[in-house]
Amino acid sequence: MNLHTLKAALATPEMIVGFMACLILVAPLYMRRETGIRLAYSLSILTLVLAAAHVAMHFSTGPVAGFNNMFIDDPMSDLLKITICLVTAGVFVYSRRYNRDRGLDSAEYYVLGLFGVTGMMVMASANHLLTLYLGLELMSLCLYAMIAFYRDDKLAVESAMKYFVLGALASSILLYGMSLLYGLTGSLELSVIRGALAGTAGDNVVVALAVVFIVVALAFKLGAVPFHMWVPDVYQGAPTSTTAFVGAAPKIAAFAITARLLIGGLEDLHGMWQQMLIIIALLSIVTGNVVAIAQSNLKRMLAYSTISHMGFFLCGILAGTDAGYSAALFYVIIYATMSLAAFGVILYLADRDHESDRLDDLRGLSRRSPWTAFLLLILMFSMAGVPPTAGFFAKFSVIQALVNAGLVWVAAVAVVFAVVGAFYYLRVIKLAYFDAPETDIETPAPAGAGTLLTVNILLIVAILPWIGSLLALCADAMRQFAV
Amino acid sequence: MIPLSHYLVLGAILFGISVVGIFLNRKNVVILLMSIELLLLAVNMNFVAFSHYLGDTAGQVFVFFILTVAAAEAAIGLAILIVLFRSRHTINVEELDSLKG
Repeated sequence: MNLHTLKAALATPEMIVGFMACLILVAPLYMRRETGIRLAYSLSILTLVLAAAHVAMHFSTGPVAGFNNMFIDDPMSDLLKITICLVTAGVFVYSRRYNRDRGLDSAEYYVLGLFGVTGMMVMASANHLLTLYLGLELMSLCLYAMIAFYRDDKLAVESAMKYFVLGALASSILLYGMSLLYGLTGSLELSVIRGALAGTAGDNVVVALAVVFIVVALAFKLGAVPFHMWVPDVYQGAPTSTTAFVGAAPKIAAFAITARLLIGGLEDLHGMWQQMLIIIALLSIVTGNVVAIAQSNLKRMLAYSTISHMGFFLCGILAGTDAGYSAALFYVIIYATMSLAAFGVILYLADRDHESDRLDDLRGLSRRSPWTAFLLLILMFSMAGVPPTAGFFAKFSVIQALVNAGLVWVAAVAVVFAVVGAFYYLRVIKLAYFDAPETDIETPAPAGAGTLLTVNILLIVAILPWIGSLLALCADAMRQFAV
Repeated sequence: MIPLSHYLVLGAILFGISVVGIFLNRKNVVILLMSIELLLLAVNMNFVAFSHYLGDTAGQVFVFFILTVAAAEAAIGLAILIVLFRSRHTINVEELDSLKG
């Protein structure tokens, strides 16, 4: 067996990111601290852009399996990888100044980020339970460390501990489900598992148990109700630079693992997991949108907003049609972009001795910094799902898929609570535009991050002309995946 | 010959003990870490039993990977524990309650 029969070239993007992470871990040790960090920063951005460009240039035209069918390169994985890389590059740009102001700036932040990205990319391409598990753990271990990065901050360390315990529990539950699947089918390869399960009756207790374990573990990882306890704590406790990372790219990876397991491996048991997902998704939408209203901390509010968005994304999956899957894919890509922008705004407004993560900090923002306030307005409209923003189209395609799949009542509940959710998004706009400023702190204006933030948020509106092609890309990716 | 079901029941019992350990333990974070290790070992028991009875080695290879990841996980867990103790001077689970809402 050699590299050619393994088709190792399929994993080139993962190799680029993993190799560069090792390089960035070592290289700064030979330099002065400041130079080392600057090098680590620019190299990691370069790496991510390079990896995204490589994936885009070799964009898959159909599924190709390598590494003895453990690894698969298909349009879905390529689309996810490009988004993961670009979103993470955005997080690095936004968090640079925040980290520097708090003495958190070090090469290890970027190294952990890059290793996490490698894990996510492996998850996106996994075709085997082992690859899926290893990618998941590589991502999770990096996230735990990045949250505990702010060692002097009590909240950060506490939230890291909570996330660690619940994350490890979720991984074990997932593994238990995987071991049952292995026992049932005699294989760890997702396509073989799917073939072996095709004939099983819906009343097989062991199959049901395996599906329950896997769905529960996925709900934990996604942060869906009733397994959402860690989300608000982590979002609030972690340093904002890490929250931005946790809130964006891992959601795309969560889509990848959900798609690989539920659609790639267990689609024939759709009737079984649909029931569970309906409960989880609706509870998430209801709890997320209602509890977010009561929050006074902006990061915690965004955490509950994440929970409700994850519920929406699960609605697309549970529809169980190609249209539903592609709506979920589109939703998660748009959501990652919006989440990145939301934390970008918080990071942009924070300065040396001011976290600016309370809702009250946004009072009178339009007078202090009119352009940022305008960007925030667009962003909140998009999160609430007001046309013509991207958030509207994402919600619309999910609802449409639900209705076409005959789940009109689920769609109705989702829409009603999306309207309830609009309340707290619009409250942010009200605070920024109609309230008097609490303080007269001038918002500092770092140039690089500001430009990217503008591009990032305007992208949410400017998506309109080519929204059709992105939707078509998602639809094509999921059609080839869910054959 | 011990039947497969015995191993599976043992695995399930170990898994149950460790889940209960995570939720009932209100005193010590170290016990949480021990429970997490036991969770992974319970899964390993399942994998090895299935692998033996299916006559397929893939399950045992999976166990090697789980053990390796468990070691990495323990390292990170203990590192977080030490940072936690430094900042709070306690590892009592009940006192980790500054984040709420």
